[in-house]
Amino acid sequence: MTARTEAAPQAARWRAMAGAPVLLAALVLAVLWHIAVGARQIPLAEVVAALTRPDPALFDHVVIRDLRLPRAVYAVTVGASLSVAGALMQGVTRNPLAEPGLLGLMAGASFAVVIWVALSGQTGGGMMPLVAAVGALGGATLVWGIASAAPGGAQPLSLILAGAAVTAFLGAIVTLAHLLDEQTFQSLRVWLNGTLSGRSWEVFLWSSPWFAAGLALSLLLARQVTALAMGDEVATGLGVDVARIKLLALGAVVALTAASVALAGPLGFVGLVIPHVVRLFAGSDCRVIVPLSALTGAIYLVVVDILARVVLAPLEIATGLVTALVGGPVFLWLVRARL
Amino acid sequence: MPAAAISPPRPFEGKALSRGQSMLLLCRDVVSGYGPDPVVRGVDFAARPGQVTALIGPNGCGKSTLLRTLARVIAPRAGRVLLNGQDIGSLSTRAVARQVALLPQGPVAPEGLTVRELVAQGRFPHQTLLRQWSAQDSDAVARALEQTDLADLADRPVDSLSGGQRQRAWIAMVLAQETGILLLDEPTTFLDLKVQVDILSLLARIARDEGRSIVVVLHEINMAAAFADNIAMMAAGRILAEGPPGAVVTRANLARVFDLEAEVLSAPGGYPVCIPARSGMAGHSLRAAAE
Repeated sequence: MTARTEAAPQAARWRAMAGAPVLLAALVLAVLWHIAVGARQIPLAEVVAALTRPDPALFDHVVIRDLRLPRAVYAVTVGASLSVAGALMQGVTRNPLAEPGLLGLMAGASFAVVIWVALSGQTGGGMMPLVAAVGALGGATLVWGIASAAPGGAQPLSLILAGAAVTAFLGAIVTLAHLLDEQTFQSLRVWLNGTLSGRSWEVFLWSSPWFAAGLALSLLLARQVTALAMGDEVATGLGVDVARIKLLALGAVVALTAASVALAGPLGFVGLVIPHVVRLFAGSDCRVIVPLSALTGAIYLVVVDILARVVLAPLEIATGLVTALVGGPVFLWLVRARL
Repeated sequence: MPAAAISPPRPFEGKALSRGQSMLLLCRDVVSGYGPDPVVRGVDFAARPGQVTALIGPNGCGKSTLLRTLARVIAPRAGRVLLNGQDIGSLSTRAVARQVALLPQGPVAPEGLTVRELVAQGRFPHQTLLRQWSAQDSDAVARALEQTDLADLADRPVDSLSGGQRQRAWIAMVLAQETGILLLDEPTTFLDLKVQVDILSLLARIARDEGRSIVVVLHEINMAAAFADNIAMMAAGRILAEGPPGAVVTRANLARVFDLEAEVLSAPGGYPVCIPARSGMAGHSLRAAAE
């Protein structure tokens, strides 16, 4: 027996996790850059000063603390959450195209939020993530039901088609409601494209338990999801309670998607792109993929949000448009390479 | 039912399970299946320690369903599956996985997974969130790689291997699980004859040397006759004949169970060999008479 054979497989796992400190450093830099950029460019030194020794008398410090830092926090949280949701969905379903946006969860969540806002007139409060969660669950159930009824059952392709149909259908109803009541929907118009601008800290606070629970659950499930990648029957033979794990994973994905949509609207393709990028350098163990997807997704959305504000400055592009511009081509590449 | 007397169980003496405790898996009057009509219709069966038992029978006879029921993947509709005297349905998936390993038919490894990573998955039921990897896990993986002769290929991706090597890697995974009972569903289907021989010899050696109970669903009557200690022949959801190959693989049983007209010769090794007649449909009336 050689030393090479003795090497435990978790050595490979720690090697892959060695990328984490690098990603963490990159995330800190990206966040500082994100805060510095804006209608008024603030020097990095001033950004660091505002974060470490805030001076309420300085206008720049107030802007950073009240406006720019919260937006960076939203980008980090939503980017991490959507990427983890995508990684979990791809792992559990063994479907490379699984993602909250493509499989109807986002459409369901935003539909439910729009209906809720129209009926209640509230655009904030603790009901937002709850309503979004109910909608996300409904959207997922609808898509899965339609795909299962299709000839051949719930295959990657039938799921994508069902997801597209449900998204288009719910989108049409939202547009219809918009035509009937322009007043209410004015405030939702930008949000419906996916945006990190002008979001309230209050909605973030209400969403944060959902983010925290979803991320914690995902990390706890990662080991079992890795075993699921080899098929339900193999996983059962290895001692995974498959039905229970799938249910818990659905819960985590719904919580993460709902909180993200409640805060930033439907940001498409983040959950699709990031896990695939992470797998390129981190292998196939979900215990590595989930935390690295969180970091990479956070960096990605922070950088995307910088681009959204810089490319056409002083105009700002909705963040969701940028994620779609980047994610669309990646989606097409995946369809060609993996289906 | 012509079943041979059950031989006294010998304990599984693998390194990790040297508790001197024998693992017994058996079922009583089991009725099981997914659809409206049960596929397994009243089966008594026991996995025998230290032996390879082959489940054979025509397509759709219920042999895979019986295996899945024994592995607790399917809950029986009637009857009981007992693991060391306890109803298997009352045990957790994980508790079962520490004692019974299952290799389903045609498993697919995730893209890029290495042989070592695959085999390490076999340690899953022995690990918890807090205790994720131990020296014992490393030993089990190394031993399984050695037994299946895969130590040199350990760092290759599973999807880059040949069919036979890939199947050996999956077998290594269930070996690393260090269970007293191994259930394998058609582990030799679609493989070359030489590779089939290698895999079945390996299983026979493991059963004999380590006292593990191995139950294997096979397609090939002759492979079962050559390598199994026991054969259970199934047709239409029931075990029609069970016992050592010499007693079970007979002209009459082949006609009754498989609707196959064949001569049975004795191979130099002492086990029976079946030689099909050119027109294999003549046994039809015999089967009708049997039912």
